[in-house]
Amino acid sequence: MTRTRKPGISRRSTLALMGAGAVSFAAPWAARAQAKTIKIGMPTILSGRVAQLGTSSRNAVMLEVEKVNAAGGLAGRQIEMVIRDSKGQPQEAARIARELVNTDGCEMLLDGEASSGSFAVHEVARDLGVLCIHTCSEASSLTADPKQHIPNAFRCVRQGIHDSIVGAGYAAGIAKAKGLKKWATCSPDYAYGRDTTGEFVLYLKKFAPDVEIISESWPKLFQPDYTEVVTKILQAKPQALYSCLWGGDLTSYIDQANIYAMFNQMEVFAVNMADYTALTVVKNLPKGIHSGDRYIKTFPPTPENAAWGDAYKAKYNEYPTNWSWQNATAVMFLTEAVKKANSTDGKKVAEALTGLTIKCPFGADGTVTMRADDHTLVGYAIGWGTTIPQEPYVPDVKAGDWKTIFELEAEWKKSKGYT
Amino acid sequence: MDLDALASCLSSPACLVTQTTSGLIIGMLLFLVAVGLTLIFGVLKVVNFSHGAFYMFGAYFAMTAYQLTGSFALAILSGAVGTALLGLIFERAFMSRVYGRDVLMQLLVCYAFVLIFDDVVRMIWGPEFRSMGMPAAFQVPPLFIAGGVVPPYYLLLIGVALVAAAVLGLGLARSRIGKVIRAAAHNPGMVSALGINTGLIYGGVFALGGMLAGLAGALAAPVRSLTPGMGFSVLIESFIVTVIGGMGSILGALIGALLIGLIRSFGSLGFPLFTEGLMYLFMVIVLVSRPTGLFGKEVA
Repeated sequence: MTRTRKPGISRRSTLALMGAGAVSFAAPWAARAQAKTIKIGMPTILSGRVAQLGTSSRNAVMLEVEKVNAAGGLAGRQIEMVIRDSKGQPQEAARIARELVNTDGCEMLLDGEASSGSFAVHEVARDLGVLCIHTCSEASSLTADPKQHIPNAFRCVRQGIHDSIVGAGYAAGIAKAKGLKKWATCSPDYAYGRDTTGEFVLYLKKFAPDVEIISESWPKLFQPDYTEVVTKILQAKPQALYSCLWGGDLTSYIDQANIYAMFNQMEVFAVNMADYTALTVVKNLPKGIHSGDRYIKTFPPTPENAAWGDAYKAKYNEYPTNWSWQNATAVMFLTEAVKKANSTDGKKVAEALTGLTIKCPFGADGTVTMRADDHTLVGYAIGWGTTIPQEPYVPDVKAGDWKTIFELEAEWKKSKGYT
Repeated sequence: MDLDALASCLSSPACLVTQTTSGLIIGMLLFLVAVGLTLIFGVLKVVNFSHGAFYMFGAYFAMTAYQLTGSFALAILSGAVGTALLGLIFERAFMSRVYGRDVLMQLLVCYAFVLIFDDVVRMIWGPEFRSMGMPAAFQVPPLFIAGGVVPPYYLLLIGVALVAAAVLGLGLARSRIGKVIRAAAHNPGMVSALGINTGLIYGGVFALGGMLAGLAGALAAPVRSLTPGMGFSVLIESFIVTVIGGMGSILGALIGALLIGLIRSFGSLGFPLFTEGLMYLFMVIVLVSRPTGLFGKEVA
């Protein structure tokens, strides 16, 4: 049986015409909406054990976005943040990042993922060619390894290698002064823990060649009980301990080590201690733990930094975190890059970001730079000090020297075959 | 692998004391969670996958009570009693409706509640991790026994867990209610025919299981960070303990927990990169050689 078409306009054609009409009417509205707001997508971790850091990232971004919007937006376009929870799962982060661009119409990505997720988002940015600023991942290879490099991705985050150079220099000074030759390490068993600890030990031995690592512990990430690790370290009887445990893992570890009086038996260097997430949560904070600064409002000791910390606290009723200042800085960079490019076009903004120096409350000299050759943040305030159990928690922070960081980082890159 | 470190520890009294105590602490906390799990399975024939949530609630209840009252005893009591009540409500309202259903159905209901309970904790206490802090009475230097380090708080923890194990074991073996519970586990139809309210027994057993997990959470609260989802990893380890000991066996849970504690403690010295693996390997060996676990009975 064959079908014959009736003469005249068919129902299908009528529907198609109506659809086309609707689209032609709606198109200018859509275009105007497009011109009016600029959507920025942000996959971050809003649930699970790292939720506090993800939330603090979102808070910091919104704090800065409100300022930008109040001042007229990016090149006249109001920013609309589209923030989604990746639950800390890399595959989810990648899926969300893709959806934010393809479905939600986001023109840029702020990647609020930890190291595991950021590499997944990086691949999405590579694939879609969208401008992406990583705001949380400290794994050095993300920007140091040329294989990872893409022109549209930047990293506005402190780096493990920078922390290790400064931390090892600080620790070596104390090691020499106090004769601390036997060291132990205890760090989480994943990329960040392994890399950062390895880099710290590398430079510690470079600055203090007498140092010997007599015990290593690699508890798994989010391990609830560290008793076996604590007792293992006590058995080894080191004179000093390095750890890059962080967040709830670090506080658990401190609580459990405290009751073994571990802090009286050795010098402890915990790079991630000086962040309000840990400082305010540990109830019996031991005095004299050495730590790198993460975020404290007294370092850098400038009115701009203190004012930013206070503004955050006034809005969210808690102090910001290390992830907060990094995310805030990313919005500051975007704002200045759009001004410089006089455009919100991702490609032009990326060109403007490359090598851009901006004024920033978190800069060692009041400025930070998005280094041109590897698209990573440099010049941020970085230092180490010792804790006290109440505010300001780390009263004297010894600032790291960026000249030394640059020299040793260049050597390190060469040794890794990156340059 | 660092067999030298292990050998050196085994020949040192100080190391033996420290590592054995460490193993006992890990083991006794696990026992408290696992024994509730095994008890519920033994009597109700339900694999309570949401059991870790009671451990989590116990810790949060204890922290809140401690913050409100400053009393550590009240904190522990709140953790235990609060989770017992929660267990009773949960069993009566939801679990009692899936008894006798497909295991998959039971698991799905339990897993749904794992997520729901995590969200409830997040809504009430917030998503960030919290710390209860060590009560002042235990902020004292550790004891040195034969040169080994033993924190006084851990002695309390071991003591409480041992008392709980003894009371539970004797209660089930000797008391009238213990006999009824055992009878209900063996033949619920007959117990019901004798005019005993099996619903009440089931609710009571679930509450008791919840209470033991809550007690573990409360005891762990001063030394572990509290966070939504904290019950999950404990649940997995408790399952391992339960499976090793034999599902439904209280003695099995005790022995399994102690073995896992000691494996972790001494394994961290001799096999520092394989401590977790060692635990699973042990479970596999036990299951291959004895599929019902060390003290489990064949189900006819």
